[in-house]
Amino acid sequence: MSAATVKPSIRPREPRLWGLLAEYETPGDLLHAAERIRDAGFKKWDCLTPFPVHGLDNAMGIRRTKLPWVILCVGLTGLCFAIFLQWYVNSPYTQSASLYVLSGYPLTISGKPYWSVPPNVPVMFEFTVLTSSLTAFYGLWMFLRLPRYHHPLFSVARFRRVTDDKFFLVVEATDEKFDAANSRALLEQTHPAAIEEVKD
Amino acid sequence: MTAIPSDNLMPSPYGVAERDNTFNNPARRAPLVVGDSASFHAITEKICYVAEAPRPPRAWYIAFGVAFIWLNVMGAMILYLFFTGVGVWGMNRPNMWAFDITNFVFWVGIGHAGTLISAILFLFRQKWRTGINRFAEAMTIFAVVCAGTFPGIHVGRAWFAYWLFPIPNQMGLWPNFFSPLLWDVFAVSTYATVSVLFWYMGMVPDLATFRDRAVTKWRFLLYGILSLGWRGSNRHWHVYEKAYLILAALATPLVLSVHSVVSFDFAVSQIPGWHTTIFPPYFVAGAIFSGFAMVITLAIPARELFGLKDFITMRHLDNMAKIILVTGSLVAYSYLMEWFIAYYSASPFERFHFMNREFGNMFWAGWIMFGCNAVVPHVFWFKWCRQNKWMLMIICALVNVGMWFERFVIIVTSLSRDFLPSSWHWYYPSYVEVLTLMGSFGLFFTLFLLFCRYLPMVAMAEVKSVLPQADPHYHPDHQGHPGASGYAGELTPAER
Repeated sequence: MSAATVKPSIRPREPRLWGLLAEYETPGDLLHAAERIRDAGFKKWDCLTPFPVHGLDNAMGIRRTKLPWVILCVGLTGLCFAIFLQWYVNSPYTQSASLYVLSGYPLTISGKPYWSVPPNVPVMFEFTVLTSSLTAFYGLWMFLRLPRYHHPLFSVARFRRVTDDKFFLVVEATDEKFDAANSRALLEQTHPAAIEEVKD
Repeated sequence: MTAIPSDNLMPSPYGVAERDNTFNNPARRAPLVVGDSASFHAITEKICYVAEAPRPPRAWYIAFGVAFIWLNVMGAMILYLFFTGVGVWGMNRPNMWAFDITNFVFWVGIGHAGTLISAILFLFRQKWRTGINRFAEAMTIFAVVCAGTFPGIHVGRAWFAYWLFPIPNQMGLWPNFFSPLLWDVFAVSTYATVSVLFWYMGMVPDLATFRDRAVTKWRFLLYGILSLGWRGSNRHWHVYEKAYLILAALATPLVLSVHSVVSFDFAVSQIPGWHTTIFPPYFVAGAIFSGFAMVITLAIPARELFGLKDFITMRHLDNMAKIILVTGSLVAYSYLMEWFIAYYSASPFERFHFMNREFGNMFWAGWIMFGCNAVVPHVFWFKWCRQNKWMLMIICALVNVGMWFERFVIIVTSLSRDFLPSSWHWYYPSYVEVLTLMGSFGLFFTLFLLFCRYLPMVAMAEVKSVLPQADPHYHPDHQGHPGASGYAGELTPAER
């Protein structure tokens, strides 16, 4: 197919080296390999496992996630909103003829005050839990940059075992320390079961 | 039944071939996964096979057919109710609540075990939860679906059910936030939302396993979308585990609050038999009690049918029976305490109510409740009963009958015999109510059977992570070493 008949933007480009993928049989092998890659000063690399391996976070030097702080902030905002909502909707101070749809509707029941804390505690609690949980869920996927349609690793056949029983380590080619020959030599010192180039 | 093919399983390199893990030897841990399933690949193969087999066992089709018919009965009864009005139910004054709210409280209670297993046992580091948490969570969600139906249809004009929520409207009306019924709306809707989030989040890595094993385009597409591009990255696992922990920490007080709020529906009112401060802990204990009974009722046929005996082991059933024993004892304590307080309060209405509950015109319901919930579970003091699947099935069925009657007795005996004898009136359920209750089991089992067939029934990633060889410092040569983490060691001849 000649270049004249195909628009340049949709012509498939040549696959480039994206990274080096090493496969390990056990979590222990992966852990020791991760320590070596970390100590070699790599930044853009990852371990991929079928389940969370205990101690791998330290072996990779991963910094604590800030997700809990985001959840705390949104949860407290939800708490404040629940307090405001409950005060607002049954308050005589928010009655307004002009903004009828949002006007407060004070209910006089058994001579109880329009506002007091104890009867509003259950909804405050439930709403805080609801907003915090929604933040934990959606915040998680935002932090992980998922859902994601494609990833170069998915083009490697052996990588399908990552959700089964194999353990992988990948070093990306865009890392400053990456060098196709030296990095492969470094990975070979970690006793992998296999090493494969990942193209993208 | 379709047999699990064992010839394509990789042999376990770790040689843990124990079948019985019910021994009580404090010197070593019992294995959580038994037999030749105790390897990463075997776990994947055996659990995926449930969903990947060309067709499910014949019993699945039969169960699904029966459940689906009852689901349709429920739908027909609800349509009849909508087109005719709540007069098709047997409720009257003063029995404004009867089967509808009984079924609601019953199903919400069933829904408490899943979150207890997935959140509270997670916080307590009870690793055995991994074998049962996924389908217990699914059961929770389906039970909450059943529960949510009843308040929705009992409001009379169901098309106005959205008035329950604080939505700005042209009438300028807002709900009453001082009412426990509104707290219930928030509690149950929050509980349903958080349960679904927790369940789905836990399922994503396992859905990725399904995706990576897919052989047809449709499975690849469906599970590919559902698994969100999960690739098992440890940078992801790090955030994921933190988020999971926080969701568990949020769900733990939530699950305790939900049935407390449900009990406020009763306890905040003044009817004798309802106006009791013991209700919140009493309801929570009862909810967990009935929920675990339902988990066992589902787990025993499921492990037989789908070949999951290596994951849902006898020890799991034994542990759950112990929880039923504990919560059943709490329920029995609450019953006795209610009697004592009725006597000690010296309130004539309170005293009359409890005499009427046990010796009045509906004494039989009162004694079914007491017998099934406070007496029967005590057979679980005997190890033989905890480890016999027929005993477990019978006792758990009785517990669920008893717990349904508990809610029925609390609601109907209290309402039908209140302060003034002139307002007393008896209540008989109509056939519509009875068929709707039975149909709700159809809804529950239809959803559960679909889940078993199309979604990962056991949390594969979590079960793998509690195997001894999942520890990076595990070494097969150190078998039986006291420091070897979680490893079962060799059986001594005496233990065999």
